[in-house]
Amino acid sequence: MKHPVKITVNGTETAADVEPRQVLAYYLRDSGFTSVHIGCDSTSCGACTVIVDGQAVKSCTMFAVQADGKNVTTIEGLAQGGKLHPLQDAFHNEHGLQCGYCTPGMILSSLALLQRNPNPSEEEIRHGLSGNMCRCTGYQNIVKAVQSAAKELKGQQQPVSHEPAVSAAAGE
Amino acid sequence: MATEPTTLSFGQPVKRKEDGRFIQGRGNYLDDIVLPKMIYMALVRSPYGHAKINNIDTSAALKVPGVKAVITAKELAGAGLDWMPTLAQDKQMVLAGGKVLFQYQEVAAVFADTREAAADGVAAVQVDYEPLQAVTDPYKAMAKDAPILRDDREKKTNHIWHYEVGDQKTTADALSGAPVKIKQMIRFPRCHPSPLEPCGCIADFNGGTGRLTFYVTSQAPHAHRTVISLVSKVPESNIRVVSPDIGGGFGNKVPVYPGYVCAIVGSLTLGVPVKWVESRTENLASTHFARDYWMETEIGATKDGKVTALKVSTVADHGAFDGAANPTKYPAGLFGICTGSYDFPTAFVEVDGYYTNKAPGGIAYRCSFRVTEAAYCIERAMDILADELKMDPVDLRRKNFIPKEKFPYPSATGWTYDSGDYEKTLDKALQTIDYKNLLKEQAEKRKRGELSGIGVSTFTEIVGAGPAHNFDILGIKMFDSAEIRVHPTGSALVRTGTKAQGQGHETTWAQIVAEELGLDVQNVLVEEGDTDTAPYGLGTYASRSTAVAGAAIAVAARKIREKAKHLAAHLLEANPDDIEWADYKFRVKGSPDRTKTMQEVAFAAYTNMPDDIEPGLEGVTYYNPPNLTFPNGAYICAVDIDRGTGAVSVRRFVAIDDCGNIINPMIVEGQIHGGLAEGFAIAFMQEIEYDEDGNNRTTNFTEYLVPSSFETPRWEVGNTVTPSPHHPLGTKGIGESPNVGSPAAFANAVVDALSPLGVRHVDIPLTREKIWKILREKGVTG
Amino acid sequence: MFPAAFEYVRANSLQEALAALKEHGSDARVLAGGQSLIPAMRYRLAQPAVLVDINPIDGLSYIKEDGGVLKIGALTRHSDLEFSKLINEKYKFMADVAYVVADPIVRNRGTLCGAIAHNDPAADWTACALAARVNVIATSATGNRTIAIDDFLVDSFTNALKPGEIVTETVWPIPDATTSGSYLKIERKVGDYATAAAGVKTTLDARGNCTNTGIGMCAVGPQALRAKNAEKAIDGGPLTDERIKAAAEAAAKECDPGEDTRGSVAFKRDLIRVLVTRALTQTRERLEKKMGKTS
Repeated sequence: MKHPVKITVNGTETAADVEPRQVLAYYLRDSGFTSVHIGCDSTSCGACTVIVDGQAVKSCTMFAVQADGKNVTTIEGLAQGGKLHPLQDAFHNEHGLQCGYCTPGMILSSLALLQRNPNPSEEEIRHGLSGNMCRCTGYQNIVKAVQSAAKELKGQQQPVSHEPAVSAAAGE
Repeated sequence: MATEPTTLSFGQPVKRKEDGRFIQGRGNYLDDIVLPKMIYMALVRSPYGHAKINNIDTSAALKVPGVKAVITAKELAGAGLDWMPTLAQDKQMVLAGGKVLFQYQEVAAVFADTREAAADGVAAVQVDYEPLQAVTDPYKAMAKDAPILRDDREKKTNHIWHYEVGDQKTTADALSGAPVKIKQMIRFPRCHPSPLEPCGCIADFNGGTGRLTFYVTSQAPHAHRTVISLVSKVPESNIRVVSPDIGGGFGNKVPVYPGYVCAIVGSLTLGVPVKWVESRTENLASTHFARDYWMETEIGATKDGKVTALKVSTVADHGAFDGAANPTKYPAGLFGICTGSYDFPTAFVEVDGYYTNKAPGGIAYRCSFRVTEAAYCIERAMDILADELKMDPVDLRRKNFIPKEKFPYPSATGWTYDSGDYEKTLDKALQTIDYKNLLKEQAEKRKRGELSGIGVSTFTEIVGAGPAHNFDILGIKMFDSAEIRVHPTGSALVRTGTKAQGQGHETTWAQIVAEELGLDVQNVLVEEGDTDTAPYGLGTYASRSTAVAGAAIAVAARKIREKAKHLAAHLLEANPDDIEWADYKFRVKGSPDRTKTMQEVAFAAYTNMPDDIEPGLEGVTYYNPPNLTFPNGAYICAVDIDRGTGAVSVRRFVAIDDCGNIINPMIVEGQIHGGLAEGFAIAFMQEIEYDEDGNNRTTNFTEYLVPSSFETPRWEVGNTVTPSPHHPLGTKGIGESPNVGSPAAFANAVVDALSPLGVRHVDIPLTREKIWKILREKGVTG
Repeated sequence: MFPAAFEYVRANSLQEALAALKEHGSDARVLAGGQSLIPAMRYRLAQPAVLVDINPIDGLSYIKEDGGVLKIGALTRHSDLEFSKLINEKYKFMADVAYVVADPIVRNRGTLCGAIAHNDPAADWTACALAARVNVIATSATGNRTIAIDDFLVDSFTNALKPGEIVTETVWPIPDATTSGSYLKIERKVGDYATAAAGVKTTLDARGNCTNTGIGMCAVGPQALRAKNAEKAIDGGPLTDERIKAAAEAAAKECDPGEDTRGSVAFKRDLIRVLVTRALTQTRERLEKKMGKTS
């Protein structure tokens, strides 16, 4: 039985009737967001990483029905008014990509990382990106790209807080 | 990296022109392509490593909603397509008929409206298997009582071929008389290139035009076109192969896979486009593996460390079909380069290939046609020799380097190395890592009981296949090509027979043309991968693109410049003999203010040409390289071993490469980073493992490991420049050097760390457990 | 690659979730983080007929100290814990775990409670929960039930929930000024299942002797297990090198690893010895720092 879903992607609402078993990655690809790449079948590689309601998510490991009503950002939505995001510029300037297949997921993960930690150390970058595989670059220039973007972005935006409600009151 | 600040484009770290679409998520990869009426294909695969097929029941699958058709070997046999040739003069079952020979082998193809329906159809196909005894050890495969795996072959044996090169008798004599000798079985385990994008295709046969358009993740689109024509009997003029953006190749995307043939058959039969994209599991389990060599290595030497002889006897495990995409004359690829950087007076190398119940292949993963195996073998063996002689491995290498005066150097196994200055490269590596202090530091660590190692690898690569007299794949000579067209307004189009999968050709080929013709690199468009428009070439793998196609581009550009010179002469009203190319302009000798730019000449080629000159400004070259090229490198690695867990920490890694002249140092550096990361993975954590029954234990990324940014070390890279004397640009090629040279550096470092315990050799991958086991056996606790 | 078809029930409240579970019985599975379940479904190793998605339920995501205990709600994600100020400052050994569970992106969806309920033999939180002596709160239509972690973990991928029950919370002791712990994991790379892992937690009494020591190990048995003999070897005395050594050796003997691509039985046992040694040593250092002593 198909379910109707409405998912806002890069600020625009998309709608479709989907089988529950369709994962978000294929929903996005079939909706035209082919930047979402499939690289594995074990939730290992991160090529399908997108941002869902502010969190980096492996879109192959979430069903499209779960994303109903949510806001998704793919890399197609990163540039604003024709101007590339500093991360996109940085990946280009630092040669942080070769075949480009991991790049959308890698940039979105980097974005999520910098939103949480605007001034990461190299170790924090390497740890923060450890869910995104790259076969071409050996990661070194990706790290440089994130460092370069961090400098550019410092002070430009507020980090997104993910602290859940910590309350002294009883929950249940 | 070294740059030439006075050049227009060559040697400049030009930012990549192809990046724009990738950083915006607008790449055009195979699975992004959607055609009207397109359907999907999925493959039924064998759960057994060796089994008879008694029956295939497709009835339930055909009833699954959305399934359009199911084919098996029976349907293919009618068209003679149940078997296909491999690129290694063998043949391979497209769909299994009668029996299966490796786990995950293709058994049936299901065509359906949606991916999910195709998967449901696959789940519904019922196959009656009768398991047979599997053979997963090549040494067992060669035994007299081993089951014969390939009953399709005339000779009933699991032995495929024997290859040898060098002088057997002289080498044997030298070895028996050598005062110092080492002998070691050196194993290079089976691994897999696993590019991030799996393989796939869309076969689109248009019944109206009679043309088959084949979109495919192919590193060699023209070769694929020719093979598909031979196999399908569709004339080549009616086949268009299009390789779109490719998400990594590393040799994985050179072969023609059974899935491709099934998709083509599906489209021919059903009259609609058929898309097939494999899963990661299918990629790891059925596409061509890499390595799997057992190399019994002997070196003879004098007491003061001069090598006198090398013998390597290798058993090559090729899996169920020999799919290794080797040049015809070289079933063991360029493995004969295993004399490496050293002046061996004599050598003998023999390789025997065997069938086993494993996935087919052998050539892949940045191997340069088995040079990864050869370099690993000799670099590991030299360290063993150094240990035997109680010599510093650096001193032993230096003592035996081919001296730079001996180039072009005829090696004992028949290669003529074009150029090299091995000492210069080594010295730079030693200086960069501060070798003397590293040794001091190691001595201090050892006093404290710490396990600290230093490993060196001074390797010679052999790339740029290759000269027509020796190099062909399925008979097609390994030239490559370039077509350059300069437009009236001074921009240009370049098309070649290569196909990048991340190597940056859209930038580097443009840089060559910009440099040769004085054009703006941003205005030189590079196109690859469409066989309707690209000139014929053998594709991109084995680090051949810059060596062969790069040469073709330079030669084609120079043809244009020669014609342009005549046009310039016409414009300058001078004799062509009085025209020179200087400062990226044509000028009259002796009159430096009388100049014409290429842009002005280009315009004239369309608007103002003299009667005796053809209009237009174009150059085409099919380049047959006179020789291969021989890059080299010196890598030094420092490691520390955790006595408790066996974990190895790579503290430093210095890589100095010499690939001759460099077109784009930024791109070269990126290639080296990536290749070193692959070498790191191979050295420490990658192996495709089969159990005795033929079950593959490593079929996804939770078992076959690709290091993340967290494990991957930092690389310190640099270079020296020893140009190739025969290449028009003096460049040699670099893509595979880091994967060729680094596994030995890591292994030598780890063995060095363990050497105080009396350890002389450990096979890769150097897992924690392997090292832990050695430590405990030697009484070291943690 | 493509899961088998299933029916999807979106639960907007706990009542709806419980009702759906009751209606579908053993045909239904709860979908929380899904980072273990969905991969299994994509390989068709799991083929639930019905998925009950509890993610929309409000009020299940919290990390709060309440009533003298730390309460973690069912929808608290690993990354919530990884970046929680409270966890990083006060619950160091939980922070150790959150740093190494799966990978950073999976941590955004996967949940601590879900990992414990799923009971994968290599689930880091299960070993940590054993060491911390956690209670699991199981909620049904008739109310809540408290299940001690030792009773909750039954076998590989099997827990003590009765039909119609969902884990809604786990309850962790609040460490006092003389309590600390450490969790260490050996993995071949980030995202791999552990080759072996161990978490320890102990409290020093007024005489400086260890009490209530918890030592949990995972990836070395059909499910995470408590190193009971190792705990006994530590309790009742100070954290000396000798006692640590004895405990580590005991833990190595009482774990039950299987051979796989990650290693042999002997290797994993010895890793446990090394990990318990190092975790206890690090705990000692943390205690010294916490209690203001210099080493």
